[in-house]
Amino acid sequence: MDILDYDFMQRALLASLMVGLVAPAVGVFLVQRRLSLLGDGLGHVALTGVAVGVLTATSPVWTALVAAILGAVLIELVRARGRTSGDVALAVLFYGGIAGGVVLLSLAPRGQATNLDSYLFGAITTTSPQDVAVFAGISVVVLAAVALLGQRLYAVSDDEEYARAVGLPVLGLNIVLAALVASTVVLSMRVVGLLLISALMIVPSAIAQLLARSFKQTVGLACVVGLVVSVSGTTTSFYAGTPSGGTIVLLAIALFLLVSAGVAVRDRTARRRHRRRVDVHDAHPHEHGEECGHPPVPHGDHVDYDHDGHRHAPHRTGEGTHYDEHGAGPVGAPPSRRTG
Amino acid sequence: MSDILPTGSAAIELSHATIGYGDVAIVRDVGLTVAAGEAVAVLGSNGSGKTTLARGLLGLAAVLGGEVRVLGAPVGGLRDPGRVGYVPQRHTISGAVPATVREVVSVGRLARLGLLRRLGRADRAAVTDAVAAVGLADRLEDPVASLSGGQQRRVLVARALAAEPELLIMDEPTAGVDAANQEALATVLTRISATGTTLVVVTHETAPLAGVLHRAVVVDHGRVAYDGPLEQAAAHEEPGMHHHPPDREPSGYRQDQPTVTTRARRPSDEER
Repeated sequence: MDILDYDFMQRALLASLMVGLVAPAVGVFLVQRRLSLLGDGLGHVALTGVAVGVLTATSPVWTALVAAILGAVLIELVRARGRTSGDVALAVLFYGGIAGGVVLLSLAPRGQATNLDSYLFGAITTTSPQDVAVFAGISVVVLAAVALLGQRLYAVSDDEEYARAVGLPVLGLNIVLAALVASTVVLSMRVVGLLLISALMIVPSAIAQLLARSFKQTVGLACVVGLVVSVSGTTTSFYAGTPSGGTIVLLAIALFLLVSAGVAVRDRTARRRHRRRVDVHDAHPHEHGEECGHPPVPHGDHVDYDHDGHRHAPHRTGEGTHYDEHGAGPVGAPPSRRTG
Repeated sequence: MSDILPTGSAAIELSHATIGYGDVAIVRDVGLTVAAGEAVAVLGSNGSGKTTLARGLLGLAAVLGGEVRVLGAPVGGLRDPGRVGYVPQRHTISGAVPATVREVVSVGRLARLGLLRRLGRADRAAVTDAVAAVGLADRLEDPVASLSGGQQRRVLVARALAAEPELLIMDEPTAGVDAANQEALATVLTRISATGTTLVVVTHETAPLAGVLHRAVVVDHGRVAYDGPLEQAAAHEEPGMHHHPPDREPSGYRQDQPTVTTRARRPSDEER
């Protein structure tokens, strides 16, 4: 493949691979916490860090990392103190971050300030070998933290109040998560840009949660989706001559719409099939009970009745009782996963 | 007060405790001792402060005055995680991301394990047992979103049971749960009460759990109005619960309680 003939594209693909894997692994927790836009906000804050790096001629990646982590810790402390003012405080921090970045960058020596676009929208082809090394370090740290603390982070993201009641270190875990988000923001900066970072954290998770049954599955699937759209988006952008960040995000959104439509069709067919089955038995001559002659089959919290080899579960609704099919197999087969 | 009591025998000790949110006191000057192994109902009407009292024990509401000790340690300080179980007043589990019954219940066990330890074989067995105890063994790997509301409430009970807590605090566990499930819950609570677990159940209906709970604490206007056997609680509870008793006419009531308190406490008590 001629795309790999170029050193800069090799680095770009490596960077997109890491971003695609890491961003969704962190993003799933944000979605669960209903804090999807935290990545967006920290992206704003990171811009001030970038500007400081440009002005002081240090590597913008490091200064952005410091700024984003400081911002993340600050946000969690504000959130922990009270909810009402927290919202406004976050807004102030976010807009302060982007405004500070823009103003500081404008003070930079001429020629530098024009780089603003590359930070806002990504400039994957400018990834240097040093950047790749830093990104690899960040990726390892973030993935290790998720692997190590994932269950606790899930606990806190799922039900913060319960976690606090039973004595989990809620504030500490929230700060860890925010710091992971901050690190991911900096990692993604070159690939998708600070304005589009959130998309790569959130959209793969949104796709995965349409298909997965468990949290663990969601994380795994989101990472796979992220990896695929990130690498294929970068490749596409190379051949089409489009910006990598926008291409990746558009691909992810297209996939999201496709999967949403597929799931909607699947659900509608399932509902229609359910209705058809229900219709057949709507006029069931008697209500199943102890004396009806149909053998009772305990099924979780209720009793099904064996009716010519399939199971009837009484389903009482406002309009009366109908029978749902709970597993059409012979009696004794594992109960169906469907609920009535 | 707590000096007189031998330490270790009391699961809960409140002395002159004032509990609330921000600087709004909702439960005021309450003294209460619950011995280890007791099964106590906390009764009261909406807005009486019973939920706030329970949340104060959990560190979810602030102790504004006096002392609140749970399992020998002051609330809010460092506490061995996982010794207190909690079933919140919530009818459904509404995480944005799918999770299985096993994953949700495992969180209950996780609290015991400190920051880094993973669930071992014994922990996984405790999770399976807790799910079986609430009658959902065959739904262990199902997404919680596929369960009915009543079943989801049982998942939250299982989550608390999985920790094998010394003290279990439940907020309205029977509200919106049908008779069969209430009975099942009573059976589970009887069993864990027999093993020495202290139970504190915030509720407005005592009938479903009358076989388990022996003592009742009636909270009215942020104070303990009755503390004694459950059977006699009804007399203290019913008339005072929904109307003001004669000695607590609104006029007299307003004198000792700023109106802002009454307004503030209703939503905070009900929404949580």
